[in-house]
Amino acid sequence: MTRKTAIINARIVGRAETALLIEGDRIAHLGDAPLPADAELIDAKGAMLAPALIDLGVFAVDKAACIAGGIARIALMPDQNPVLDEPGIVQRAALAAKPDLWVHPLAAATRGLKGQELAELALMQRAGAKAVSTGRGWIADSGVMAKLLIYAASLKLTVISHAEDGGLTAGAVATSGETATRNGLPAAPAMAEAMALARDLALVRDTGARLHVRQITTGAALDLIRQAKRAGLPVTCGVAPTHWLLTDIALSDFRTFTRLSPPLRSEADRQAVLAAIADGTIDVLTSSHDPRGPEAKRLPFVDAEPGAAGAETLLPLALGLVRDGVLSMDQLFEKLATNPARILGLDAGVLAEGAPADLVLFNPDTPWQIRRPDLKGLASNTPFDGLPVQGRVLQTIKGGQTLA
Amino acid sequence: MTSPLFPHRHLLGIAGLQPHEISYLLDEAEQWVTLNRSLTKHDSRLRGLTQINAFFENSTRTLLSFEIAGKRLGADVVNMHAAQSSVKKGETLIDTAITLNAMKPDVIVIRHAGSGAVALIADKVDCPVLNAGDGRHEHPTQALLDALTIRRRKGHVQGLKVAICGDVLHSRVARSNILALTSLGAEVRVVAPATLLPDSLESLHVTPFTDMDDGIADCDVVMMLRLQTERMEGGFVPSLREYHMLYGLTYERLKRAKPDALVMHPGPMNRGVEIASDVADDVNRSVIAEQVEMGSRCAWPVLTC
Repeated sequence: MTRKTAIINARIVGRAETALLIEGDRIAHLGDAPLPADAELIDAKGAMLAPALIDLGVFAVDKAACIAGGIARIALMPDQNPVLDEPGIVQRAALAAKPDLWVHPLAAATRGLKGQELAELALMQRAGAKAVSTGRGWIADSGVMAKLLIYAASLKLTVISHAEDGGLTAGAVATSGETATRNGLPAAPAMAEAMALARDLALVRDTGARLHVRQITTGAALDLIRQAKRAGLPVTCGVAPTHWLLTDIALSDFRTFTRLSPPLRSEADRQAVLAAIADGTIDVLTSSHDPRGPEAKRLPFVDAEPGAAGAETLLPLALGLVRDGVLSMDQLFEKLATNPARILGLDAGVLAEGAPADLVLFNPDTPWQIRRPDLKGLASNTPFDGLPVQGRVLQTIKGGQTLA
Repeated sequence: MTSPLFPHRHLLGIAGLQPHEISYLLDEAEQWVTLNRSLTKHDSRLRGLTQINAFFENSTRTLLSFEIAGKRLGADVVNMHAAQSSVKKGETLIDTAITLNAMKPDVIVIRHAGSGAVALIADKVDCPVLNAGDGRHEHPTQALLDALTIRRRKGHVQGLKVAICGDVLHSRVARSNILALTSLGAEVRVVAPATLLPDSLESLHVTPFTDMDDGIADCDVVMMLRLQTERMEGGFVPSLREYHMLYGLTYERLKRAKPDALVMHPGPMNRGVEIASDVADDVNRSVIAEQVEMGSRCAWPVLTC
């Protein structure tokens, strides 16, 4: 017999109803119709119910962090050890976190992510890859990028790219500017992002391939995205909370948790990111979760690896956008769930009858403080240690099952 | 460290120091001139204390300055060279710091190739830490000794025009000097090839120049920087001879500065590249040897206060 669960007294994002019925792993009914007697009851007591987050572009399978953050699905970057560049490796990665978390592996665009030879994209697609990714790096060879886009388009695979011109950013750990100059950090100009993006957009125009840029962090590059969308190009982009909340001033005390890729930018760029979130230029909000232990972070700034842990803090930090009037609650979950699902071609990310019962129940107002020792993930390298936030996940539900 | 007049536990950089604190360190350094020039040269102020000089990057004059200053003050001085230490065996910087700390030193002097590395160690140890140069970030005692040299020769720093010339991008000496000299009221200019000029220099209250003749015009002090040839692998300048033509300090070029302008260089010099030998060796203009003398002098107050 199918298991039935009814969630009642919930404020359902984007809906007027207050109850939802789950049958098996799907949403059976939205609304206050009489609930079946055999349904297990969850009384939300006025908490909010939304589609569980779909995190597009994370670097580790971190179940505990995802459950704590209301994330039911991750798109896993191919920068793993071993690199996700073979069907067998992709298939294994897709099973890595069953049954608690959906892992959608992103196939490495090139063998070993070296940017030279195309990897077996169709075989990896058959093995479960939902999109193709260039990984942490940019493909420097325009010929390779052009072939990648044409080939991926023929397979109807979206290419997820990283926009930083490798020639300009070689050796750099910061964005050129006052902070990098004062701290004596090797830096690259912010326009490295727009330069890389401009080339890739030209190739998209020529090939018709679908391109998603995992993170766009500068005003100049966002303007290019805006123009490309206006011209009808199939382009989308995302950003992480680090880049709408912090600027390169955070690097002043050499704290390696602020060593990111792309690096933190200027205040003008941060404002441009906020404007682009508000006007829809940015489609996806991602945690860019990259848990790193002391062996990668307790080093001099230039020697530390880039990346920040973010899965547990994505929702509370993103709720700040609603409180600040940047987005409505509906728009927020489009960027946290609906759009990522659409880009990956997943049947998920919406609250509708028949959709997978991947849900997050949360209280948007609960105040708490981000404290490193309290984080549940693989590592606590958050640049937001000590920050007071609002919004706490009460339950993460995947396929109708409440996760611990 | 920490005297009422210098309330800092560590000396990690010139950034964060008040102008009167810089002046205080210079005044203290001045007092040691007599002792350093006398026959006995010894004092017992640091007797019984242990000073570790942990140099993760090669150095001649800074290491010697700190070693001699420590010894003349009576401290037990130990030098740790990264080349012959466990760092070569793959130990992380933090583990090395914890190891050094376990030896219970009273002060650690550190040089490291990574910007911010000294601050990282200072966080993990129980004793005061002195930054003897971290990457491209800061070299505070070099800036103090340069300011002291200028002050002794010119009587003051306030209002002087100082040109800092050369590889500013990779230079911690330039950064610390910009902070110290602007803080003491000098008008600082920076002269470098455009490829070696860092971004946003105006925010440090200095004026950038790419033309050496314009940059040093009417200056009281011409401070040359070493062209860090070991960091030139990226090709910031096409060739050393071209660099010399555009930025080498020759007598001809020095005529643009004030007739009594001082010529400084933190060493080691690339003769014939950033500075012509006859200029470097001119006892009437060049204070390069005096800078070295002031080097050990400036190590003293930072060790004792």
